[in-house]
Amino acid sequence: MIDPITVEHISVSYDGDEVVKDVSFSFEPSSLIGVLGPNGAGKSTLMKAMLGLIHKDHGSVKIGSKTVDEMRKQIAYVPQRSNIDWNFPIVVKDTVLLGTYPKVGILRRPRKADKEWAMECLKQVGMEEFANRQIGELSGGQQQRVFLARALAQKADYFFLDEPFVGIDVTSEEIIINILRDLREAGKVIFVVHHDLSKVKNYFDKLVLINKELIDAGPVNQVFQSGNMTKAYNRQFMLDGLEVPM
Amino acid sequence: MEFIQDLMTYSFLQKAFITSIMVGIICGVIGCFIVLRGMALMGDAISHAVLPGVAISYMLGINYFYGAVLTGVLTAFSIGAISQNSRIKNDSSIGIVFSAFFALGIILITQARSATDLTQILFGNVLSVRASDMWLTLIIGTVVIVVVILFFKELLVSSFDETMAAAYGLKTRMIHYSIMFLLTLVTVASLQTVGVILVVSLLITPASTAYLLTNRLSVMVILAAFFGALSSIVGLYFSFLYNMPSGPVIALATTALFILAFLFSPKQGVVITKIRTMSKRKAIAE
Repeated sequence: MIDPITVEHISVSYDGDEVVKDVSFSFEPSSLIGVLGPNGAGKSTLMKAMLGLIHKDHGSVKIGSKTVDEMRKQIAYVPQRSNIDWNFPIVVKDTVLLGTYPKVGILRRPRKADKEWAMECLKQVGMEEFANRQIGELSGGQQQRVFLARALAQKADYFFLDEPFVGIDVTSEEIIINILRDLREAGKVIFVVHHDLSKVKNYFDKLVLINKELIDAGPVNQVFQSGNMTKAYNRQFMLDGLEVPM
Repeated sequence: MEFIQDLMTYSFLQKAFITSIMVGIICGVIGCFIVLRGMALMGDAISHAVLPGVAISYMLGINYFYGAVLTGVLTAFSIGAISQNSRIKNDSSIGIVFSAFFALGIILITQARSATDLTQILFGNVLSVRASDMWLTLIIGTVVIVVVILFFKELLVSSFDETMAAAYGLKTRMIHYSIMFLLTLVTVASLQTVGVILVVSLLITPASTAYLLTNRLSVMVILAAFFGALSSIVGLYFSFLYNMPSGPVIALATTALFILAFLFSPKQGVVITKIRTMSKRKAIAE
């Protein structure tokens, strides 16, 4: 059973500067949501605040009637690539296996079935032949696919991806977006921090548009229009030029 | 060979031998996590900061273990408190706190005891290990090894991707302070063998050597333990035969192993990669 996720009045500040101001929205299951906004709009911060990874000044997140803390095992998070130490002594298949840790639980080891499941997730992203490579030996797109495989291994219902499409090759991009679409079809809720406006209509069915404050949230056709975009980016937008056929 | 015969004969040497091996192993193991989390400076800080605790324990006539653990933990918290509640960066707050504790420790120790004691604590004298020291080291060693084995999974994921670990509900801050606590225990256990000043070499260098040789954390931990133990035995050997202070000898032994790995590691070695590039260039030219 996948419940709707509701964000109410989230505010975050760093050293007295408000970077996210009173943001609220709600999404039903089966949603692939782009979190959009200009640089410094607080996209990643909003995502981290939703997950309780940074201190909120105010606000709450509910999944159904539960708090995020009660739902942690159903949440998969993929960090920005720049936040990972790619020289860490870990190979691809063990990286994916980390995704099974939440459900394996403390004081227990992953079993054979967990390892097989991790390999299966690795196959889904087309990276099985790299299973024994150290993660730093991969290209950016391949690294991102491995981290998506790790998220899949978590068997979560709610996915949070921070800039997964930055600096990756076309093949990886296609594989990733197809998997995200499959997840949506399976009823999951997926949030993706994103900043490349050209593909917004093609990728997402729903959007959260912020520039510190919430500009608009909802279906793409409602949110992705010139008035909103002008407000968010503080400049004129000719969205016709950005239209991508579905 | 004479050394092995003496090892069979003298019980003080046996105690020193067992203690050295255990210290080498646990320094290597904890060192891996310190190195991967980028906390090498923190290791240096805590090892220096146990000194006032040792001095206070002498004054009160209690086992130095209690005082040392107390000031070690206090240091970890003070450093965290300064860097979280001010604009001072982490490395600077480490510098501020540990130099203060170390200075206080030296003053207290010179007041409490003679200068010989100070030299021993600072540079280690593995041959003076008493039975009680050996047992303390073995107990600490067992605790450290058992904790690392039981929570290996959590240590791995929180060292590699702390945000993901926190997102799925691990208490990452608690893990951080637990590692600091283990680090303090390891430092206390190492006092007799390497001494306060050079504990950091046994923490950082074997782990870094192992880091150059493998792509798996589990293998890295085992290799680091092995290099640590090997270096400690070398330290004991020279200390016994040539009457050298054990700490500096151990530190140089870890360095020698590191240099070998740095030059000849199959994947990362400077010399090996040079040779590989040259033969490739030659192949292309032909």
